[in-house]
Amino acid sequence: MDIKYWLQDKKNLVFLALVAVLLAMPFVLSLFRLTLLGKFICYAIVALGIDLIWGYTGILSLGHGVFFGLGAYAMAMYLKLEACGSALPEFMVTGGLTSLPAFWKPFASFPLAMLAVAGLPLLLALIVGFATFKNRIKGVYFSILSQALAWAFVTIFIGMQAYTGGSNGITGFTTLLGIQLQNPMNLVSFYYFAVAMLVLVYIFCTWLMSRGIGKILIAIRDGENRTYFTGYDSSKYKTFIYCISAVITGVAGAIYVLFAGMISPKELDIAFSVEMVIWVAVGGRGTLIGAVIGALLVNAMKTGISETMPDMWLYFIGMLFVLVVLFMPKGLTGVFVKLYERGKERFPAVRLPFGRRRSASMRGKGAIS
Amino acid sequence: MDILTILFNGLSLSSILLLAALGLAITFGLMGIINMAHGEFIMVGAYTTYVVQGILMPALGDGYFFCSILLSFLAAAAFGMLLEVTVIRRLYGRPTDSLLATWGVSLVLQQLARSIFGAPNVNVVAPSFLGGSLTLLGVSMSYKRLFIIGLVLLCLLAVWAFLYHTNFGRKTRACIQNRDMAQCLGIRSKRIDCLTFALGSGLAGIAGCALTLLGSIGPTLGQNYIVDTFMVVVLGGVGKLIGSISGALIIGIASTVFEVGSTASIAKAAVLFLVILFLQKKPQGLFALRSRSLD
Repeated sequence: MDIKYWLQDKKNLVFLALVAVLLAMPFVLSLFRLTLLGKFICYAIVALGIDLIWGYTGILSLGHGVFFGLGAYAMAMYLKLEACGSALPEFMVTGGLTSLPAFWKPFASFPLAMLAVAGLPLLLALIVGFATFKNRIKGVYFSILSQALAWAFVTIFIGMQAYTGGSNGITGFTTLLGIQLQNPMNLVSFYYFAVAMLVLVYIFCTWLMSRGIGKILIAIRDGENRTYFTGYDSSKYKTFIYCISAVITGVAGAIYVLFAGMISPKELDIAFSVEMVIWVAVGGRGTLIGAVIGALLVNAMKTGISETMPDMWLYFIGMLFVLVVLFMPKGLTGVFVKLYERGKERFPAVRLPFGRRRSASMRGKGAIS
Repeated sequence: MDILTILFNGLSLSSILLLAALGLAITFGLMGIINMAHGEFIMVGAYTTYVVQGILMPALGDGYFFCSILLSFLAAAAFGMLLEVTVIRRLYGRPTDSLLATWGVSLVLQQLARSIFGAPNVNVVAPSFLGGSLTLLGVSMSYKRLFIIGLVLLCLLAVWAFLYHTNFGRKTRACIQNRDMAQCLGIRSKRIDCLTFALGSGLAGIAGCALTLLGSIGPTLGQNYIVDTFMVVVLGGVGKLIGSISGALIIGIASTVFEVGSTASIAKAAVLFLVILFLQKKPQGLFALRSRSLD
């Protein structure tokens, strides 16, 4: 990918500006707010993953919380074992276990736990993707199945209290590789780490979408059968991007644990999974910058509204779902692009700082449905 | 537990699932709309029963329950009609979008219930004539559960008669089979859509009314059923009532059988995984409408 072309896409410039603002935040915000913003950045990474499969490929997954949860639980299990030392985690003691279950043992090692953060979502996505896309289960059927999957996982995680901490989840972490989690300076470094991950994932996504595979994914979104009959095995491409999306989501989940200090089945739930989709919808599906902005914006609003009028939040997000779908199908990015194009028509004499080259995502914009 | 008891419990669970899924079979199965707020229509029906009980029970005694069945149907149907006119009508042909929009509606309805009735669950007093149980062949069958099974059969009969033996039902089927052609022949498909959607929502209301017999009701009542009911319709195959019936029977009985020797939640998860596995074999479900069209 040519850096010059990358910089010619104005959306990437907006992203860089956003990153600059995020980098300055530790100097402005209190530690409490910074932790919150750290969580939102994890959500933004998730939104990028959702955008890859929904915005670009047209697969609506309502079960991405599972991947988020798997990554987060893998991280949490490692942190818990480090916090407990040689003792048994307390929920296992109350659950009646006398020794560490076999599947917990690998999580005592940091490299293995990190492998699991990416590996578990990858494995599950591979199985689910292979099982559904291969059989041409698509559209809303896939959505319903993914939702059922999330529901099944939540049920299992709550039901197996002695092994997973039940509905309380896993909490009570102290250190990561000997680094104090609650230390302010360390939190700031975690924050910068999260921002760095966001930048990395964003660049990876733009790179992926600028390649041939990005075009094929958009083609699958806009007309799967035509793509299929043109000779592309759409199920392979869908499984591939589904796995990528799952890994991104899992990694985001793992970083999230550092900020949240706990993980519970709530983060796997259907409600949370669907909320992820609305972040992307608000920002603008099919544009990566839209996903990032949507995730940050919706969560900032969530915090603002929940703190002032907790009862109003569900009304607000509910209406947001309806209004965005009905009146802003391309999200905020769509609105901005429209205003921008209109302005360019009205004032053709104004020279724009960069050329007219458009990204792949813009080319397909007419066909989002 | 002996086999007959397990079978009866399974049948009872199936009847509840079917009652909840019957409305969905119409809106999703026949009209192709993913209504995530279906569970909340169940909740609307349940709370309607609660309100009707408060108003009519002193005057009518146990007779209030029959009024509440009717009123639950009407209340949920009214909500359904409102939803169709304001939101869903604009989203035909965009199924994933209608899914998201109706999810938003479901959140609003949940919060609405919480604001009006409070977050804690409320109880509905079941009519006294449904207390007690019938013992047959050593199986104790509570009258409540028998009543629900009867109610399901009645609803099924009504829906079947409506779809296949009324003029309106014939028009509905025409719209489902070929909307453009039906419009050309002078059928007002918009009106048909609206009323069919109201019918499906109303059936959810009846389900909610029936659920008040089995336990307390709360704002998240519908959420507990939404996954199950969708699985019933998907397993049974879209577009045929017989599919939903068999889907409900299979999931209901399988859940009860798995529950022997494990917990209810593990059994449900196991059934879901089995359904997903089964769909590998037949992605269209048990009874698929055959069609040569390609999306």
